[in-house]
Amino acid sequence: MTVETQAVEFDSISLESGAKLSPVSIAYETYGALNAAKSNAILILHAFSGDAHAAGITHETGKPGWWDNTIGPGKAFDTDKYFVICSNVLGGCQGTTGPASINPQTGCPYGMSFPVITIGDMVRLQTMLIDHLGIERLLAVAGGSMGGMQALEWAVSYPDRVIAAIPIATTARHSPQQIAFNEVGRQAIMADPDWCEGNYYSGKPPGRGLAIARMIGHITYMSDESMREKFGRRLREKEKFGFDFSVDFEVESYLRYRGSQFVTRFDANAYLYITKAEDYFDLTNATGSLTAAFQKVTSRFLVISFSSDWLYPSYQSEEIVRVLRRANRNVAYCELPSNYGHDAFLVDVAEQSDVIRGFLASTCKENI
Amino acid sequence: MPATVPVQGKPFVRQLLGRSDFAIISDIVEPGTKVLDLGCGDGELLEWLAENKGVEARGVEISPAKVQRAIARGVSAYQGDIDEVLPDYPDHAFDYVILSQTLQETRQPLKVVREMVRVGRRAIVAFPNFGHWPVRLALLGTGRAPKTKLFPHDWYDSPNIHFLTVHDFDQLAGKEGLVIERCYFLSGRRRVTFLPNLLAEVAVYLVRRR
Repeated sequence: MTVETQAVEFDSISLESGAKLSPVSIAYETYGALNAAKSNAILILHAFSGDAHAAGITHETGKPGWWDNTIGPGKAFDTDKYFVICSNVLGGCQGTTGPASINPQTGCPYGMSFPVITIGDMVRLQTMLIDHLGIERLLAVAGGSMGGMQALEWAVSYPDRVIAAIPIATTARHSPQQIAFNEVGRQAIMADPDWCEGNYYSGKPPGRGLAIARMIGHITYMSDESMREKFGRRLREKEKFGFDFSVDFEVESYLRYRGSQFVTRFDANAYLYITKAEDYFDLTNATGSLTAAFQKVTSRFLVISFSSDWLYPSYQSEEIVRVLRRANRNVAYCELPSNYGHDAFLVDVAEQSDVIRGFLASTCKENI
Repeated sequence: MPATVPVQGKPFVRQLLGRSDFAIISDIVEPGTKVLDLGCGDGELLEWLAENKGVEARGVEISPAKVQRAIARGVSAYQGDIDEVLPDYPDHAFDYVILSQTLQETRQPLKVVREMVRVGRRAIVAFPNFGHWPVRLALLGTGRAPKTKLFPHDWYDSPNIHFLTVHDFDQLAGKEGLVIERCYFLSGRRRVTFLPNLLAEVAVYLVRRR
């Protein structure tokens, strides 16, 4: 399946902060075919560092999408049945307007003059895309981690437009621990002298800070067990300790590699803005309680968590499930066994695919 | 005298020879209702009820592997302990709350029964009858915790922690002021209409609060 990223531009978008952004463009990909009734559309929502390229092989680079094991013909999100859409988030750096985009008023990149955005803003831009595609109601919204936050936001803010929501490895509100890890990442970027208050676009980007932020992120995405399995205490291309501060351990090498790779594809300012949006995410912001937030929700839910995910632990999913149960809403939930930590929703997908497939099939049966 | 179980001939019943209570339950449940199955296993009963009676089906199951299978077959099930989840629901959230051969496994059966008739307009309780004659004979004959076809476990690894008989349930219903709308007694796939406390392996009650 060869795919191409497309983009659409809108005049403007009003943001939760009160600021307005104009124009605004959104990058997206689609897979499969929209049926005549336009009733088979599923919106996939990417996690923190994802992009619109969720599935298939890119025309130019040949790179597979980040959820290619889950979206495609015969896969959990079966593109033979469903019309699957994925877009890059607002504030991102993969085609959708973000801090690295040119501010038309100045002719220069926004940098830190880009307005602070929220998960709600990301979702509002997605509704504009869905309108543009002529889709009234989505069969499902689905995503893991920050994608799960967007799925919840869709169900809460646009109950008439979502038949089913699949929030995976996520939370209804970012916890102090989650905020803390994000803040360390942000401080690493801002402490890099190359950051220059965000005005680095004409010079050298703050690669060291961004790489450290990514290394911290990667630690939180794995589990103690998966790290022991993957790296142990193995040394990297040496028999004994170097007695210096070059790379000794495999795990150091892995983190450095991941950090340096990330710098080539991700904008440091986008890191700041997107993590801030995550940290502001709290479904109780508007109403004071989760029960009140879920009051208008009509979607059915499939909530999934993973046993070894300590960044978005199961108790956060169970809180969502409990509130939905109290409101007597339709919710399915399971904690899947996995050693892969938070990354499980991206890599350990066999059982996840089974439950998603069954859930979507029964959603279809009731609604199409 | 013994009559055959209703809902004959449907594939569901043929596949579930060991669970004749399912056939009774699927006969009791009115079409288009809202049903919560406590201890729903891999969702077989709920799937059948959804497909054949158009019910809105929900399930609770403590085993993660079974929950996964239930969801994979399209049932809205979630992982939870029936001793704990029922208090979350508002009154009369469901038309029926079903507890199929699990009452004897709960830690607090009285609390569970009370919650069932609060959360459901009606409760369907199916349980294995400890008063069944082979159980009595086994105890009398061996002088040890009875092991029968229905109760095959050794006492130390049995999931059954609260044994009850047909008479026990009748007495509890009276004490709790429950109206017994219907009751069925089964031995294998046959209905028992005579001396149920002695002859029935499994009892199925449809009860509600007065």
